[in-house]
Amino acid sequence: MSSTHFVILGNGISGITFARHLRKGNADAQITVISGESPYFFSRTALMYVYMGQMKWEHLYPYEPQFWVKNRITLKQAWVTTLDVDAKKLGFDTGEELSYDYLILATGSTPAFYDWPGQQLQGVQGLYTKQDLEDMEASTHSPINRAVIVGGGLIGVELAEMLAYRKIPVTFLVRESRFWEQSLLKQEAALVHQHLLAQGIDLRLGTALKEIISDPQGRVGAVRTSQNEEIPCQFVGLATGVKPNIDFLKNSGLNTRQGILVNSYFQTSARNVYAIGDCAEFEQVPADGRKTIEQVWYTGRMHGETLAANFCTSPQPYAPGVWFNSAKFFEIEYQTYGVIAVEVGEDIQEFYWEHPGGKIAFRLQMDAKGKILGVLALGFRLRHEYFDRAIREGWSGLKVISTLHQANFDPEFFAPHHVAIQKSFQSQMDVSFPLPKKSLIHHLFGASS
Amino acid sequence: MNMLKNVGLGLFLWGLAVFTLIPFLASYRLTEELVDSEVKEIHREKVKELLAPMYAVPYASTYSFLHAYEGLMDTYNEVLKEEGRWEEVIWEDYGFLLAKAAMQGPSRNQPWLCLLLSLGSCMGGGLLFHLAWKKEKSPGGAFAGIFHSSLTNRGLLGILVGSYLILFYVILYWFPAYFVSLVWMVDPLSRFLSGGPASQWFLYGLVYTLAILVMGIRMFSKYAGNRYQQLRTASVMFFQTAFAFLIPEVLVRLNQPYFDFKNIWPLDYDFFFDYQLSTFLSSGGLGLFMLVWGCLLIVVAVPVFTYFYGKRWYCSWVCGCGGLAETVGDSFRHLSDKSLKAWKWERWTIHGVLALAVFMTTLTLVNYFSGFKVLGDLTNQVHAFYGFAIGSAFAGVVGTGFYPLMGNRVWCRFGCPLAAYLGLVQRFKSRFRITTNGGQCISCGNCSTHCEMGIDVRAYAQQGQNIVRSSCVGCGICATVCPRGVLKLENGPEKDRIHDFPILIGRQTIQLKK
Repeated sequence: MSSTHFVILGNGISGITFARHLRKGNADAQITVISGESPYFFSRTALMYVYMGQMKWEHLYPYEPQFWVKNRITLKQAWVTTLDVDAKKLGFDTGEELSYDYLILATGSTPAFYDWPGQQLQGVQGLYTKQDLEDMEASTHSPINRAVIVGGGLIGVELAEMLAYRKIPVTFLVRESRFWEQSLLKQEAALVHQHLLAQGIDLRLGTALKEIISDPQGRVGAVRTSQNEEIPCQFVGLATGVKPNIDFLKNSGLNTRQGILVNSYFQTSARNVYAIGDCAEFEQVPADGRKTIEQVWYTGRMHGETLAANFCTSPQPYAPGVWFNSAKFFEIEYQTYGVIAVEVGEDIQEFYWEHPGGKIAFRLQMDAKGKILGVLALGFRLRHEYFDRAIREGWSGLKVISTLHQANFDPEFFAPHHVAIQKSFQSQMDVSFPLPKKSLIHHLFGASS
Repeated sequence: MNMLKNVGLGLFLWGLAVFTLIPFLASYRLTEELVDSEVKEIHREKVKELLAPMYAVPYASTYSFLHAYEGLMDTYNEVLKEEGRWEEVIWEDYGFLLAKAAMQGPSRNQPWLCLLLSLGSCMGGGLLFHLAWKKEKSPGGAFAGIFHSSLTNRGLLGILVGSYLILFYVILYWFPAYFVSLVWMVDPLSRFLSGGPASQWFLYGLVYTLAILVMGIRMFSKYAGNRYQQLRTASVMFFQTAFAFLIPEVLVRLNQPYFDFKNIWPLDYDFFFDYQLSTFLSSGGLGLFMLVWGCLLIVVAVPVFTYFYGKRWYCSWVCGCGGLAETVGDSFRHLSDKSLKAWKWERWTIHGVLALAVFMTTLTLVNYFSGFKVLGDLTNQVHAFYGFAIGSAFAGVVGTGFYPLMGNRVWCRFGCPLAAYLGLVQRFKSRFRITTNGGQCISCGNCSTHCEMGIDVRAYAQQGQNIVRSSCVGCGICATVCPRGVLKLENGPEKDRIHDFPILIGRQTIQLKK
């Protein structure tokens, strides 16, 4: 076999995106994707829906098994334990070995636990892997009285929603003084907080986990909080963030910090070894306002695309565009484009609008001259293309808002929140521009705001 | 609240039990006078003579009555067939008419009471059940739990419901005489509306409409706050009740042809059949208007509306089959097959049925305009085959009976020739698309899982590609279920509607390709 052998370690979004795009641009390469977790790429983002009976496990596969055969992408289910960068070989836990010409490390991340006493007990877990889903199913299958979730972020909310679906009472411990402090300002955090309370979640701010206490059978029986309160529970979900999954590389000689160190071409310190996705750590931030470790679905996908393009055409450094992200808190959707500062300095102008119903909100941040920096929406949908362009081209906030109807991405006949936002912007900022007219059909049948 | 739910369920099951039981409460007594009034003049004397052994004999069940009737008729016909005296054979089946005339039982004596205790109870119970269920439902949106339910996950309950529906359709299409007691139950209503007696089709139309109305109300509450879902549900409820059910009955009362103004050829496959054309042409101004209207729907409404709004204007806003699928079938949408193989099958079968319908209609028209000289009786045989295989077996038995097994759009996806026609327009000349919101897709697969047409929506969305597919009926559920606000049904300029080389927004280098 004379063709170049690309071995991809990890079949998550970044590894699989790389494999697909490499095949598109290179018909000859031999491509092998290795994962111990699951033979096929699955949507990690949808684990919660399987638990909630909204999807079945097989629905998580974005590609049919035949896809991999047709595209000549070899899938190997095995656990890698060693990497020899000099011999260009991977070693498996079975003792088997595999040689590569190029190795792409896309091993993702793993839940970060912070050495709490009792964190190894039965019934204590994160939510990241297929195994986590199975463990959670097993731990909550027979009725339990209470679950405790630790960590005020997105996985925490997912866990809360899953448990609430099974009618398991949830206590949600958040160490910070507001919900999802690194991304939400106080109004949005309060809005989400109210929504969580309305769903019956016992949300406790400013409360950290101190220890997890065992029951007589060696399972979790309670947690003790930083306030020294003991909360009896039979399940603990730890959602305190993730860290790059690189433990098995300790003796490989690769340069690592928290993640595998890479330059802007995803090259690691070893020849022909690359790292993409959650496990990679850039030596320098890839763009202003970005972080050296990017751990979201979208960046994993972009890393995979970029590296594959670099193998197929002339290499270009990774240059992420305008930041965007999205999430969902029970029924409230969240979208953001550009950079929203949670600590608002004097050089930032702000505009915030909230629907009287308390479930819909919009924030726009501008620089001192009124140029858009970022937007954040709760409870309604905005068009990515519109804001990507507005932010790249540095539109003024006035321009963004006066044509906001073009950014509306809510389904037809939904209430036109952009009009309320435009009116509010006019009065808050003391500016004027013509408001879009409602169509006759919308007048007759559309929802009012 | 749990009790209210149980009361609702109890009422519904009670109504269903009464509905199922009524056909068993019929007894029969045939008289010469009844035969006299029900049988056509040409057969009257012969049939009177043939059925003489049945007079004054009480029959305790529909089966025994029909068995006796068919035995006598078959014996007579067999002899004629053997002797080759084809002209004398009585091909007409008087089983339904005679059974209806000869039937005695509670549904004939107390039709309104029976109606209240069966369908009325089903409706009230169904509504009560849903409202109570909605109140106690745990968080997790409208779609959580469907794979944990025996009814909606092809469990025992789903198989039972499917079997019941299939049985209902088989009897309705091929053994309607077994339903005469149910038909008596709705006879007064039919006389009130059209002035005439009820047939099995009136019974079916009534049940169908009530099912859409009750399950439509359920949709309002299930999709509370979603104006798109509510409006299109209200629309199918309106078109079913007014256009499909009431207006045709009222037309009959006014001595006009029975006509559903929203049914379009080739779904309305007998629109150009000779007896239909004769009816239109012999019914004065209104008859002629119906003919012109029907033709305009085919050549103007379908292309124009589909160009502006996509096929959804019909399939999920107007159509009766769609109306049932979107209300009664709503809980089964996720059972559609999403595989590539199913897509390949779908393209063959649906366009095959369209080709068959066009072929049949062409044949019929050629025969009609040539004064039946060219093909003679052949068209009748093609009609009979199509009516049996497509009109009844495919659209009815498979289309609806298999809701709990194969999803709610089996007919619309694999069989409906009108959907095929609308789909061709939608695919090649339309402003409609489902827009993917830049790079926001997380490949979770909710859209694909819940697509009733089996479209792998995610395959497009995760590439940043708009969804343009001939089969999409625009129900909007993908946009509803998407947890990241990625999908939006839109009508817009044709330019850039289809992305052959999709670009995912998110990184700078990719912009260079544009």
